[in-house]
Amino acid sequence: MNRFAWNKQLIFGLLVLGLMLLAAIAAPWLARHDPLEQDLMSSFAPPFWHRDFDGNFLFGADSLGRDIGSRLLHGTRVALIVAFVAALLAGLLGTALGLAAGYFGGKVDALISRLVEIWMSFPPVLLSIVLAAVIGPGLLTVIVAIVVIDWTRFCRIVRAETLAQRELDYVTSAVTIGLKPWQILWSEILPNIAPLLLVLFSMEMGIAIVVEAILSFVGLSVASGAATWGGMISEGRLYVNQAWWLMALPMLCIIVAVLGMNALGDGLKRALDRGEKS
Amino acid sequence: MTILDIKSLYLDIRQPILRGVSLQIKEGEVHGLVGESGAGKTMVGKCVLGLLPEHAKVTHGYINFDGRELLKIHAAEWRDLLGRDITLIPQNPMTALNPVKRIEPQITDVLQLHLGMTATAAKRRAAELLNDVHIREIDRVLKQFPHELSGGMRQRVLIAIAFACKPKLIIADEPTTALDVTVQRQILRLIKELQANSNTAILFITHDLGVVAKICNRVSVIHSGRILESNSAADLFAQPKHPYTQALLAATPRFDRPADALHPVPAELIDALWGEARVHDAGR
Amino acid sequence: MLIGYWLRRLFWAIPTLFGVALIVFVLLRVVPGDPIAMLIPPGAREADIANLRELYGLDKPIWQQFVSWLGAVAQGNFGNSISLRENVLSLVLSRLPATLELAFLAVAIALLLGVLFAVASVYWRGRWPEALADGFSGLALAIPDFLWGLIFILLLGVLIPVMPISGRLDPSLDFNPTTQFFFIESLLRGEFRVLASLISHSVLPALALALPLAAMIARVLKNSLNEAMNQDYIMLARVKGFTRRRIIWREALPNALIPTVALTGVQFTFLIGGTVLIEYIYSYPGIGNMAIGAVIQRDLPLIQGLVLTFAVLFIAINCLVDASYHWLNPRVRQR
Repeated sequence: MNRFAWNKQLIFGLLVLGLMLLAAIAAPWLARHDPLEQDLMSSFAPPFWHRDFDGNFLFGADSLGRDIGSRLLHGTRVALIVAFVAALLAGLLGTALGLAAGYFGGKVDALISRLVEIWMSFPPVLLSIVLAAVIGPGLLTVIVAIVVIDWTRFCRIVRAETLAQRELDYVTSAVTIGLKPWQILWSEILPNIAPLLLVLFSMEMGIAIVVEAILSFVGLSVASGAATWGGMISEGRLYVNQAWWLMALPMLCIIVAVLGMNALGDGLKRALDRGEKS
Repeated sequence: MTILDIKSLYLDIRQPILRGVSLQIKEGEVHGLVGESGAGKTMVGKCVLGLLPEHAKVTHGYINFDGRELLKIHAAEWRDLLGRDITLIPQNPMTALNPVKRIEPQITDVLQLHLGMTATAAKRRAAELLNDVHIREIDRVLKQFPHELSGGMRQRVLIAIAFACKPKLIIADEPTTALDVTVQRQILRLIKELQANSNTAILFITHDLGVVAKICNRVSVIHSGRILESNSAADLFAQPKHPYTQALLAATPRFDRPADALHPVPAELIDALWGEARVHDAGR
Repeated sequence: MLIGYWLRRLFWAIPTLFGVALIVFVLLRVVPGDPIAMLIPPGAREADIANLRELYGLDKPIWQQFVSWLGAVAQGNFGNSISLRENVLSLVLSRLPATLELAFLAVAIALLLGVLFAVASVYWRGRWPEALADGFSGLALAIPDFLWGLIFILLLGVLIPVMPISGRLDPSLDFNPTTQFFFIESLLRGEFRVLASLISHSVLPALALALPLAAMIARVLKNSLNEAMNQDYIMLARVKGFTRRRIIWREALPNALIPTVALTGVQFTFLIGGTVLIEYIYSYPGIGNMAIGAVIQRDLPLIQGLVLTFAVLFIAINCLVDASYHWLNPRVRQR
C-alpha cells in the first residue's frame, strides 16, 4: 500500500462518521433540552418548517412533549456506541475463528465451517430478537445479539482469505524458517488481511446501527423512554397521521448513518485497491 | 466478377494497425491472407464483418462488397448482410458455440431470420446441412449441447452454420489453428469441398503457408499492416517477389526439401519492415 | 447420480436442523426468566404453578426436556403454544401460506427488477440508463428491507395515502377461503376483487423485501452479462446478423444467469429472514409476525417451532437455488 487513493465515497463516509462523532460527544451541549424531559403542554409541537413553529422545539416535540432534536442527538450516542463496540467484538470473534479455520484446515476447519452453516440457517433478525428477549432489554443485550449473529460474516471472508494467503510464498518461507503458527498468523497473515478487515468493519458498523434500530423498534433495546432512533420510529409510527416527522426524522438519521458507513466501506476498499496498484 | 474490393484501408486503434490495405476477391475464389501474429490480418477480417473493437477508427479507404460500400451502410442493412451474404468460420470452435443452447437452434436461427423459413423447414434444412458436413448420427447431434461434441465436430457444425444461407463470402479466420493436425486436414478438405460445390468466395486468414498451398487460389502476404505481395498461389510459391515472402517460404517445412534447409525469417528483415512502417506513419 | 446427490443433500440437512434445534432450545432455557409467570394471574397458588410447570414439562432438567421434545417433534408433535393455547404445528401451518405467498411475490419482483436493470445497463452501456441502474442498486443495497418498509409506509401510506399499509386483505370483502393460499385460491376461483385487494396489500411489503435482492441481482448479473458479451459465441451471434437486443436477451442472458444464481443464493435466504420484521411492520398475518409475538410473549414451544420452520425454509431455499443452477447449466445438468 504505497499511496492512498481518496475518492468521493470515502470522503462522504468520513464526513458522516465525523458528524456522528461530533453529535455524540457534544450532545449535552448541543441539545437544547433534556431528552427525557416531558412537557405535556407542548406535545406535538411542530418543527421549524411548519407555519405554527414557535421557536422552542427546533425539530418539534413528541407525544409527551419531549424535544425531538435533543432525542436524535442522544440517539446518536447509542447508535455509535453499539456500532463501534459490536462491530469490534464481532470482528474479533469472527476473525479469530476464520484465521484458525483457514490456517489449520482439517478438523478445525470442518468444525468451524459446520458451525457457520448452522448459524446461517437462523433468520438473523429472529435470532437477535430471540436473544434480546431472552437476555432482557439493554445496551449490552443489543451488542451481544449483534456479535452472536454477525461473527459469521467476518469468519467466512477471513477464512477464505487466509486459505488464499496460506498458499503464497511468504507463508511457506515463514514455515520453513520455523515460525510457530500463531506467530505466522499474527505477524504475517494478519497484516496482509488488515485492509480487508477495515472494510468489513465499517460495513459491520452500518449493519449494527440497523440491528440496534430494529431491536429498539421492537422494544428490546435500551430501557423504554431512553432516546434511540429505532424507539423514536416505533413511537412516531403510532402518531404518523398527526405528525409524520416524528417517524421521518429518526428514519432519516438511520438512512444517512447507514449510507455513510457503507460509503466508508466501499470508499476504503476502492482507496486501498488503488493504493496497492499504484 | 469482384465480390470484395478493399481499397487502401487505414485503421487506427490508438495506434496505426492497417496502413493502406488493398485486396480484391473474385467470385468463387479462395483468397489466402498470410501473415504472422500482429501483422493485422485478423483486423482485415474484422473490418469486413464490422466487428471492430471500441476505439477502432477507419481513417481512410473503403470496403466494397457486392456493389455496396460497407463502411457507409446503415446498421440494419449490415445485419441483413451478415449471416446471409457474409459469414464467418471462427478460429476457436471450443468457444464459438453458445454453451447453454442445443446445436439445432444454433443452426435454425439464421435460417429462420434470413431465409424466413418456418420452424419445421429450418429443422429439416439443419439436418441436411449437418449431412453436408459429413456428420453421422445427425438426430443425436442436433439434440446435443456443444460441450458434448469434440472440437472437430464443433468446427463442422460451425462450418454448416457458415454455409447455411448460401453466402457470397465467408471469412475463415484461422479455422484450423485450434485443431489437432489430423482433424485439420479433414476440416480443410471439407471447406474446399463445400466451397467448390457452392462457388462461394472465401477470405482465408492464416499464418500457415502450408495450409494456403492446400486450399487457396490467390494469396496476399501481409506485414505491419501492409500488403507486401499479392499473386496467384502457383506463382507466389514458384516465384516469390518480396524478400519477406521468400524468407517466409524458406521458413516453411516442405516434403520435397531436407529439414536442414529450414531458415527462420531473418530478424534484420523484420526490423526493416517495421522501420518502413514507421516511416510510412510519419509521412501521413 | 443426480438422485444420489439430492439424497445426500437431504441427509446433511438433518445435523444442521438438529444443531439449530439444540441451540434454540438451550438458549431459551439457560437464561433467567420464567415463561409460566406470564400465564398465571397474580396471587395464584403454588400448587397451580407447579401443575402448569408439569403440564409444559418445565420441571424436568433441560436435557430431558430436549430429548422428549425432540422425540415428539420427530413424530410431528411440536407441542402446544403457551400464549395462544393451540397446537404449534397447526398454528404454523395456518400462517405459513401467507408468508410463502409474500416471499414468492417478493422474489418475482426482485427477479424482474434485477434482470431489467442489468439488461438496461448493458444495453445502454456508458449512457445514462447505466448510471441510473448503478445508482439504484447502490441505494437499494445499502438500505435494508426494514427501512424500505418504513419508507414506503411513510411515503405511500401516509404522505400520499394511496396504498393500504396493514393486513393481508380488505376485511370488508366477502371471501371464505378453504385454504390459506389466498392468492392461488382467489385466482382459481376467479375472485378478482379479492385478488386485487391481496396484491395492493402485499405489494409494498414485497417490494421492501425485494429491493435489496433486486439490487444484488442487478449488480451480479450486469457483471456476468458484460463478461458474456466478450465471449466468442456472442461474436458469432453478431456475425449471424442478430440485433443487439436479441443477442443480450437470448444469447448472453441464459449464460449470465448461471453465475448470478450461484452468487445471489444467500441473498434469497436473507429475503425469507426479512419477512420477520416486514410482516410485523405491515401487520401481515404470516409466520414472521407470529414469531415476534411469540418472542414478546416468551412462548417457548411456539418460538422453537417457528425457528425450526425458518431453518427448514432456509435449507429448502438453498436446495431450490442449487436446483435452478443445475437446471440452467447444461454442463452440470447431465452429470
